[in-house]
Amino acid sequence: MTTVEEERESADGWDDWHDGDGDGGRAAASDDPFDRDVLPVPKGASLALLRSLLSPRRRRVWLAAVLLLLQQAAVQAGPLLVAYAIDRAVPALRDGRHGPLIAVGAGYLGCALASGALQYAFIRASARISQDVLLDLRGRIFRHAQALSVDFHERYTSGRLISRATTDVESLRELLTDGLEELLGVALSVVYISLTLLYLDWGLGGAAVLSFWPLYLLIRSFQRRSMRVYRKRSTAIAAVIVSFTETMNGIRPVQAFRRERANDARFGEQNHRHERANGDAILEMARYVVGSRLVANAAVAALVLWGAYRVASGSLALGVLAAGALYLRRLYDPIDRLGMFLNSYQSAAASLEKIAGLLAQRPSVPEPVAPAPLPPRPANAPGREVVFDGVRFAYRTGGEVLPRFDLTLPAGQTVAVVGATGAGKSTLAKLLARFYDPSDGRVLLDGVDLRDLALPELRRGVVMVTQEAFLFSGTIADNITIGRPDATRAEIEQAAKAIGAHDFIAALPDGYDTDVRKRGGRISAGQRQLVAFARALLADPSVLILDEATSSLDIPGERAVQRAMDTVLRGRTAVVIAHRLSTVETADRVLVMADGRIVEDGPPDRLIAGEGRFAALHQAWRDSLV
Amino acid sequence: MAVTTEPRAQEGGAAPRHRSATRSLLRLWPYVRPVRARLFGAAGVAVVASCLGLVIPLVLKWMVDGPVAHRNPGGVWLGGALLLALGTAEALLFGLRRWLVGRPLASVEASMRADLYRHLQRLPVSFHDRWASGQLLSRATTDLMLLRMFLAFPLTFLVVNGVTVLAGFAILLSQEWTLGLVLVVPAVPLVILCSLFERQYATVARTVQDQTGDLTTVVEEGVLGVRIVKGFGRHRSQARAFRALSEQVRSTELHKARLLATLWALIMTLPELAIGAALVLGTVRVADGDLSAGTLVAFISTALTLRWPVESLGFLLAMSQDAATATDRYFDVMDAEPATAADRLRAEPSRNPGQEHEGQGGMRFEGVEFAYADAPPEEPPVLNGIDLHIRPGETMALVGATGSGKTTLTALVPRLHEVTRGRITLDGRDITALTREELRALVAVAFEEPTLFSATAGENVLMGAADAGTEELLRALKVAQADFVHALPEGTDTEVGEQGLSLSGGQRQRLALARAVVGGPRFLVLDDPLSALDVHTEALVEAALRRVLASTTALVVAHRPSTVLLADRVALLSGGRIAAVGTHQRLLRESAEYRSLMSGQEAEEGESSP
Repeated sequence: MTTVEEERESADGWDDWHDGDGDGGRAAASDDPFDRDVLPVPKGASLALLRSLLSPRRRRVWLAAVLLLLQQAAVQAGPLLVAYAIDRAVPALRDGRHGPLIAVGAGYLGCALASGALQYAFIRASARISQDVLLDLRGRIFRHAQALSVDFHERYTSGRLISRATTDVESLRELLTDGLEELLGVALSVVYISLTLLYLDWGLGGAAVLSFWPLYLLIRSFQRRSMRVYRKRSTAIAAVIVSFTETMNGIRPVQAFRRERANDARFGEQNHRHERANGDAILEMARYVVGSRLVANAAVAALVLWGAYRVASGSLALGVLAAGALYLRRLYDPIDRLGMFLNSYQSAAASLEKIAGLLAQRPSVPEPVAPAPLPPRPANAPGREVVFDGVRFAYRTGGEVLPRFDLTLPAGQTVAVVGATGAGKSTLAKLLARFYDPSDGRVLLDGVDLRDLALPELRRGVVMVTQEAFLFSGTIADNITIGRPDATRAEIEQAAKAIGAHDFIAALPDGYDTDVRKRGGRISAGQRQLVAFARALLADPSVLILDEATSSLDIPGERAVQRAMDTVLRGRTAVVIAHRLSTVETADRVLVMADGRIVEDGPPDRLIAGEGRFAALHQAWRDSLV
Repeated sequence: MAVTTEPRAQEGGAAPRHRSATRSLLRLWPYVRPVRARLFGAAGVAVVASCLGLVIPLVLKWMVDGPVAHRNPGGVWLGGALLLALGTAEALLFGLRRWLVGRPLASVEASMRADLYRHLQRLPVSFHDRWASGQLLSRATTDLMLLRMFLAFPLTFLVVNGVTVLAGFAILLSQEWTLGLVLVVPAVPLVILCSLFERQYATVARTVQDQTGDLTTVVEEGVLGVRIVKGFGRHRSQARAFRALSEQVRSTELHKARLLATLWALIMTLPELAIGAALVLGTVRVADGDLSAGTLVAFISTALTLRWPVESLGFLLAMSQDAATATDRYFDVMDAEPATAADRLRAEPSRNPGQEHEGQGGMRFEGVEFAYADAPPEEPPVLNGIDLHIRPGETMALVGATGSGKTTLTALVPRLHEVTRGRITLDGRDITALTREELRALVAVAFEEPTLFSATAGENVLMGAADAGTEELLRALKVAQADFVHALPEGTDTEVGEQGLSLSGGQRQRLALARAVVGGPRFLVLDDPLSALDVHTEALVEAALRRVLASTTALVVAHRPSTVLLADRVALLSGGRIAAVGTHQRLLRESAEYRSLMSGQEAEEGESSP
């Protein structure tokens, strides 16, 4: 049925599966960079990011490097001591001298203890570095994601953002904690062993170094081939994950429409594709292991043969041969594992680039450099005045949503905005909440440009309640106090009572202390919206925006909200966007929008009495009530 | 009997049952059985390959003590050839092992995953209500990969390394038992210490995983609730909460690193100490002439070869422990009884053929009770004695306050939930006497939350009826006012759902409605099908829907008067019962509760003439 998933060029499977929380049916423009996973990354951004992460920890990085150097030196000293024992200590003993033997014993003991202690110190030092880097990076991604404006979030789906902060950080973590020290260890040991071999015997050492050439070619070809195979595998598992999640999240329609068998077939196909790719990957690895082992074992055999030949003919000491044989086995030992590290290195590099791309995004709604204060509001002042001054709004990728317009909402006025889906109502509201900044013109709150207001000041002034009533994990009370963290329990209950949410909350097993995640499934959409309202009430803003905030309420619920607005919010400036015209009747003023323009503007009675769109809409709605 | 397996599955099934790891792992046998020959073959090959590695030092010894000691350059050729042969054989055998198990184990993983998916699709909705899909997904992916890895490495290498270690020790002891003893003895504490540390390490690693999970939750909430965070200016406190959690992760990770550092220090030091002791002792004896230089070289070389097999035993055991946990997690889900299990029990007594006569047609609820299986026993059932008869061809609206159980009631008809007591009949036939397949072909549903699948818009609609064609598709789109589909980039062939174009709530709802009506189903259950539509579209959909409803028996959950007007009669759901049935006007007249639900007003304006 669907084969689109295969073509996706996503490096990790987690990207695609929780994308797609609807953003209003905007037709996908194929040249929009947000449709793909790849954000434009400035050249060298990954490296610059890496440098900025490591440079505050420069001293510790050096310390770790020195520890590793010493540790490898201690580890690689063993065979050298074996050679010394055979070539010097044995003859010395025969001469009755114990000095060399004691030196060997002490040396070996010292190296053993030192290598253990240095290993301990190195692991701890490098763990400190990698954990600090990860802490730093996680924090940067999180803060940056929070700072980026709502229009970014609407286009860069939540799934991708989450996978930046989780999967991508995870693959970096794997490299930093597991891969990197091994990789460095391997590299160092190769260098040390080669140098030691060269020191022991030019010929043997040179030959060993030469044997790296075929190994290098082998690793390079493996790297190239495995990248293809692994990418195919991760695409395949991504398809499996998407199918799986989709089925489990939609189990009701799956069962109600008897999709089980069709799904089995489809899933089976994707599963089988993953099975094949998985097998390919395993066999690719097998091929690499055989190849590298063959080269390594052949090199060992040839070198030992040559060494033995020279010992037999008297041009090489026996101890040197013994040490050489031991070193050679060590030299080629880590090559198997190298293949795996290369892989984790590659995926970490890809992740780092994606993260760098995210961090390179500048928030389109920046905080002011020199914030201006709002004029003080007298105790009984009716909210604040809102002015849209020559405002125009278009997406940065093109597409004008709101052509230039002027609008003044006097303090204390309740304004209803109606119009069909896509008419620009929500955009108007988001400009007022400063989720977007206008492309041209200014939005003024009591004469102050919203862009000049410090964020806390702005958020005390303007609060928006949206249709999606999201609850955070924690208790119901926690969710309500998001509006005002220092509120007392009495104030919380008062807000909930005012909105008509108190009864259902009190009926929950732990009342206001009920954990919403544990009972999440049983808190209905309408009840969530009531909690969102209580949150807004408690925040006590001077301007309140309701964006289809009553859509999931039944009529009594909606009435309760209206009553609350009439009493508690009296004297606030309010902008109400609603499908249901019942909300509109209580407004002081109605704006009818179509295609981004305000086409009708006036008190509801006058518009109803007129001949315009609102009159027609209102008539249709009255009829439906009977 | 289906019920008994359910309690232990609650809260994501993390129920700690102390079953031995071996017994857990043995449950994998049915899946491993088909590939057993290759698996055992591969283990055998690996044992041989690993033991070949042990022969290499012996060849070395032979060369040193033989041709080299006798200054016989020609003699070393044989040794060299032998080394090359052994090395080649070892490499090829290790490759052979991987080749033998590679594809078979991928197929074991795939067939376990396919079984899990098939099983999950057939588990009742109540099961899915309890389990987060993420929990199920991690079983289908991470756990199964872990099991494949277990079969590929730890299982084989526990055997292989065990044999290698024993063989190696035998060689060491047989060559020179005193020296051998010096090397063998420290291995015992090493293995014990390693497995001890591994166990501690596993505990900390699990803590890190949990904490990372919490961190992920904060990230998800920060992203999904970004409008609220921004709207209330709470991003600083969110960032603080995130920082606190990630610092916690960091300190646990550092704890983990400390354990790891200790473990590695032990692994590095202990064997080296033993080898050092052996070296000193060996050197003395070579000097005394009791021991050949070749034997000493072979000794040290063998000891070095044995290091990895000895060290690995600890973490191989730890990995096996993880695999056992993964197996338990997998079978937690596989052991849940599929929905069909309840059929046979219930179907027999209620099957009464020939009982069908006039008055029994349509959809009938008789004393239907429903309580959630995990609800505390003292809580009253959600539905408590529903009696309702929807006549053939009639449309019944279901009205009730938020939380009164309307959606639950609709889920009982296609048996997404099972009634606890009482029965539901369709045209006189008990729904439990029908197979789910038959039942669900008879009843079409549209849910409050419209879900589209990753498929084309057309396919999404046609899911409603297996045999419907283009004509029916177009008609259904018209009824649901979903003609916007034709304006999509590729019309009805446009991909929608998670993988495709994202549609607005209203658009999705209209497609879901089209899906419900496409096949001209005999029974239709609609859960507030118009909630996300704007007033204008709603009126158009209602007009078209009216024609469809004229010929089907339908139950429509309604919040608004406009939706209620689609129905012939209205049932008021209150306190778990049907409190009143009648026309809209009659209920407006007679029921204060209905009046308040429909108009939000109290009982002031009693009359409302038709």
